[in-house]
Amino acid sequence: MNMIPATAPAFKPADYKSSVKPVWCPGCGDHSVLLSFQRALAELALPPEQVAIVSGIGCSSRIPAYTNCYGFHGVHGRSLALASGLKVARPDLTVLVASGDGDGFSIGGNHLLHACRRNIDLTYIVMDNRIYGMTKGQPSPTTEPDWDTAISPGGTGLSPFHPLVIALASGANFIARGFAGNIGGCAKLIAEAVRTPGFSFVQILSPCVTFRPDQQRGWKDLVHPAAVPETDDPARAARRLMTDDGFNIGVLYRGKREPYQPAPKAYLAPSHLEAEFAL
Amino acid sequence: MNGGKPAAFDSVAAFFAQALAIEVEAAERYTLLADQMEVHNNKEIAAIFLKMAAIESEHRREIVRRAGDTLPTGIPADVSWTNPDGPEAIAFEDVHYLMTPRQALLLARFNEERAARYFESIAASATDPRISAFAAEMATDERLHVSWVDQWLETFAADELDRADDPDPPVYSE
Repeated sequence: MNMIPATAPAFKPADYKSSVKPVWCPGCGDHSVLLSFQRALAELALPPEQVAIVSGIGCSSRIPAYTNCYGFHGVHGRSLALASGLKVARPDLTVLVASGDGDGFSIGGNHLLHACRRNIDLTYIVMDNRIYGMTKGQPSPTTEPDWDTAISPGGTGLSPFHPLVIALASGANFIARGFAGNIGGCAKLIAEAVRTPGFSFVQILSPCVTFRPDQQRGWKDLVHPAAVPETDDPARAARRLMTDDGFNIGVLYRGKREPYQPAPKAYLAPSHLEAEFAL
Repeated sequence: MNGGKPAAFDSVAAFFAQALAIEVEAAERYTLLADQMEVHNNKEIAAIFLKMAAIESEHRREIVRRAGDTLPTGIPADVSWTNPDGPEAIAFEDVHYLMTPRQALLLARFNEERAARYFESIAASATDPRISAFAAEMATDERLHVSWVDQWLETFAADELDRADDPDPPVYSE
């Protein structure tokens, strides 16, 4: 094992921890994702006041409160709209967006398409547990069609949403998948996503201990590192993602698109804005 | 589940760096798990996890004392293990808000055992006799922790409640 120089790291993961204790169920994958967030930010040595974490609604969207970065716990499905506005107005901030499969792919599905298309320099992290956990376990867009429960007898019979394929087709510049149980691995993926300019999309499989306890051990056994290295060829990435088993872990695509960042506008006094909204 | 293959160490300092990382990880994890249990009003388990965190923190301090001049001056470039949670930390998914003291202690025991086996394998495979000796000491420490947990376990009766016996399950009604 090699040692690196004796300089203390600028920030430790604990430097990004707030005093608010998470209310997620013990055993929830989101605890691990929070730790991955903190480790990634420490690895990137980003001062907390230079980071904003924006979220929508759902279990995963509680994450801004648990960090001491700037945070915005927004409207259901609208985290990407909020984050896009923030990044355009404040390009100096590193903006991360947290969401879940319901918030991000159903209520906010349309925003995902256009966030990918615009390619603003954002890092979008979706904690996917294939269920609406906060509202007591309804099937989400990524739920398996045969998930048979009292709330969906016989399963929904609907094809699951393939978020990575859709993100690629819509223009996302970085696509990766992680597993919450691998905290270090997810931290590296998040850090890489932040480092890569443009819209970065990281799907993290994050088991729901309460409504999908089958995921806890099952996913741990199913996930595996992607068998092939990342590609910058969208056509090749599309073929891989279309035939993907859903448990490939790692960076799956890294494109070369320039991020969209409009030129800054001149400062407008609040009175100007008020005048524009006057009836 | 295991602690993963032991890393190959090119110096005593690198070994101590890994040992420190393991203890820090374990102590931090117990603290986070204690927070989770406190939030979910399982204060008995929160207290157990806090006590385990204190044991791991004391072990970290002991490693610093033991390392003396060989304490690493840098940070390891690659503190890693093949198991995502490390050789001693409890996996987040192994806990439940209704877990009993006995279940919590059995989990702690399982992880102390893993740590002992991890250091025993380093002691057996290290080519540097100093690393081998320090690893054997670490393994002895972990075995001592196992015996502490065993004594603690004797104060609790066999479980009368299982996770499946949640009187107010958080699932939709049938």
